[in-house]
Amino acid sequence: MSPPASDHTASPLIFESGQDGRANRYFEREKPLKGYLPAAVLRNDLPIPDNSEMDVVRHYTRLSQRTFGIDVGFYPLGSCTMKYNPRVNDAMANLPALRDLHPYTPDTLAQGALRIMWELERSLCSLFGMAAFSLNPAAGAHAELGALLIAKAYFKDRGETQRDKVIVPDTAHGTNPASAAMSGFKVISLKSDKRGRVSVDEIKKHLGLDTAVCMMTNPNTLGLFEDHVHEITRAVHEAGGLCYYDGANANALMGNARPGDMGFDLMHLNLHKTFTIPHGGGGAGAGPLGVAKHLVDFLPTPYVRKNGESFALDFDVPRSIGPMRSFWSNFAHVVRALAYIYANGAEGLTKVSQLAVLNANYLRVKIREFLETPYDELCRHEFVASAQELKKTTGVRALDIAKALLDRGYMAPTIYFPLIVPECLMIEPTETESKETLDGFVDALRDIVETAKREPEKILAAPETTVVGRLDETRAARNPDLRWRPAT
Amino acid sequence: MYTPHTKADIAQMLQTVGVDSLDALLPVPDAVKLRAKLEVVPALPESEIVRRFEELARENAGASFISFLGAGSYRHYAPPAITALAMRGEFLTAYTPYQAEVSQGYLQAIYEWQTYICLLTGMDIANASVYDGATALAEAAIMAINENGRQKVLVSRAIHPNYRAVLKTYCDGLDVEVKELPVAPDGTTDLSELGRRLASKEYALVALQSPNFFGVIDMPDSATQAALKDTGTILVGVVAEALSLGALQTPAQWGAEIVVGEAQSFGVPVAYGGPYVGFIASTTEHLRRIPGRLAGKTVDSNGREGYVLTLQAREQHIRRERATSNICTNQAHCALIATIYLALVGKTGLRDIAAANLRRTRELAAVVSAIEGCSLQFVAPYFNEIVVDVHQPAKAVLAKLEQRSILGGVDLGRYYPEYANCILMAATEMTTTDEIGELAKALRESVHVPAGV
Repeated sequence: MSPPASDHTASPLIFESGQDGRANRYFEREKPLKGYLPAAVLRNDLPIPDNSEMDVVRHYTRLSQRTFGIDVGFYPLGSCTMKYNPRVNDAMANLPALRDLHPYTPDTLAQGALRIMWELERSLCSLFGMAAFSLNPAAGAHAELGALLIAKAYFKDRGETQRDKVIVPDTAHGTNPASAAMSGFKVISLKSDKRGRVSVDEIKKHLGLDTAVCMMTNPNTLGLFEDHVHEITRAVHEAGGLCYYDGANANALMGNARPGDMGFDLMHLNLHKTFTIPHGGGGAGAGPLGVAKHLVDFLPTPYVRKNGESFALDFDVPRSIGPMRSFWSNFAHVVRALAYIYANGAEGLTKVSQLAVLNANYLRVKIREFLETPYDELCRHEFVASAQELKKTTGVRALDIAKALLDRGYMAPTIYFPLIVPECLMIEPTETESKETLDGFVDALRDIVETAKREPEKILAAPETTVVGRLDETRAARNPDLRWRPAT
Repeated sequence: MYTPHTKADIAQMLQTVGVDSLDALLPVPDAVKLRAKLEVVPALPESEIVRRFEELARENAGASFISFLGAGSYRHYAPPAITALAMRGEFLTAYTPYQAEVSQGYLQAIYEWQTYICLLTGMDIANASVYDGATALAEAAIMAINENGRQKVLVSRAIHPNYRAVLKTYCDGLDVEVKELPVAPDGTTDLSELGRRLASKEYALVALQSPNFFGVIDMPDSATQAALKDTGTILVGVVAEALSLGALQTPAQWGAEIVVGEAQSFGVPVAYGGPYVGFIASTTEHLRRIPGRLAGKTVDSNGREGYVLTLQAREQHIRRERATSNICTNQAHCALIATIYLALVGKTGLRDIAAANLRRTRELAAVVSAIEGCSLQFVAPYFNEIVVDVHQPAKAVLAKLEQRSILGGVDLGRYYPEYANCILMAATEMTTTDEIGELAKALRESVHVPAGV
């Protein structure tokens, strides 16, 4: 199901409708503000429109219809784990005594909320082999930053401030090097080997007294398991460095192997990927930050502690890097993630990752019949295909395939990432899709490739059924129009 | 498990892949094999999950107390139309709008959010959101440091203590020094020494919050604004209660070049601290340094208007270690809620809510300050929070109020040892005269008045 194909007319902005005096009566009419405050501190005008509730409802309903979510159709966006978002999770997050609980409520009157945080934390520790998790970071990148700040504090504590290098494989997410830079480290980019993995010999060339952290994603963004991971973490540890596990791809691992057992000292999870929190068009997410025993004292504050039968927020973590956000956690998402774990239990979560891997491999062997799959071996939760050959013979690129998929009612895979595969399509189906859905997707993709060989111009013109065609991104960047302005 | 696979599906798919069993799909080297027994919460059917969470929710007695808690998280009325719209699956389950052609609705909503933030703050541009008010301040500091290359920042001690703490967490990573401006006796920031401190031109920015943590309106005078300009110091305006923007002078009017804040008040539940939604707005000069997503308007191949994510060369997925920030996931859905809230309440509603907050807080102040043993700590004009001195440890008084099912406010001693006898109390349009009456009654019974006072 794609958005209504006939709806090509632009949707006016909310600022272009509305009339003064068309206000909804949500509140008492109040007397003017100058009755309360000196005129000098009051604003002169408030140039936002008054719209009737029905007009607002129609406006945003229409905008929703021009938006593609998992609920609309298959969303094989690699490294994003776009699985079904169970509605019971939202219902639990909206229980009044959870939704309306103020963050400054004394611990004794918020025991249920604290227990929810504690149950999630304990479950994550066991699932991933960590000593503790902080639920403080708001997203994966935020947790990466937190982890690197912990590393920085740890080395400072040990008098090893010369450790200023962070090693990042060339297949890593862009957030890894960006987080390293934000925490004051220098980045070393590590070339992957022919098998698409980090090589032990290659990493050893870069290890030394200046090594702070090695960041790894496992399985990596090619969907491949780093099968030398234990040798790599051992080598980093021998050089005195710490190992960080980027949990963006934890859906391939959950219940089957644990970063803690692989030798990682620090890690994050994206609750909005692995643990079914709705991504909401770009957030909010949640990025629990896990640490091994020797780093527990550095966690961001607050940390939930169980004392006997009661729970408390601990703001007094001895060598903490400090808080990373205004309040304790993205609590509504903590609720959702815990509800998801309750729905599965340990066995269920193990099965989840197995079926995610089954779906990905099923797609891989079907798709390799008509598109190259550069690393053609058993993959984990995702794999990469490449349109390089197709481009040579027809001029049709990964981008064009992506756009043609939109015409066929599918979200496009992640494209042009990881950077080391030319004309890359990175496909992650997740475990919540049925065989029928996967077969339909394969048929659509095959149809696109066959059409490209016959009539490439048809694919180059895609998308045609969407509310707009390809947009001029160069123009958008050259003449930034980032807001509406009132007529003067 | 939310997985649709039948046994037959699994068998057939395994055969297609050429593998015997599910276990054989995920080979793991022996050295890292899972040996531990996994201990997670037990699997329950959905009906039991609901029962479990209802049980846990009942252990949050504080959620139903009469509450005067604010301090950066505010209880406001949210029209039900917000939830009806924002929870539509198309919005809720979309990813970041990378494929613009099938994301026009969300991109337009982000463009509208950016516009609302600009109109409310008086700034030229705004981004698609950051995590919350505290991280917005930290990101603004990075913008300013990169702009003028100075390695120190100067922030008012009347800025939300959690925001300052987060700023320090971020600045520690960048070896940037955070210095503070003291609080004057009237509750505003003491700017008397500012001119002298700026003269050395070592501060990248000065950050002021208005209304500040004490609820006090805290805008710099024109002499201070001039001193900032003359020394090339960037003024960062912090707004922790976005509702105040419906009433007060815009931070642009008081000289801010970058405005950051928290928009939780616009329809986002307090939810024990998150998710909320931070914003960053600035003058056009800072466009290339602004972190995170930006939605922009353009045209398609047929000349039709449309929206895309733009200026992505600033961002981590393109620029990697040279990006303006590492932010990837932001708070899009909370920003959507805020956008819908603003569309529904409009100018008239926003003014009325702001006025109702002013009215209720003044009612609270009048009632509380009339109680023997209670007085207002500060005299400067305030928005929807007041600081009440109870002339004895606030902590003990608050504990007594809890016995009467009242959350009286935040114990200021938690953050300011010198105000350990003070309670920060908030009143919003949700506060009723009856609730204020209950508080007054409880305070009269709780505040022990020593002889001679």
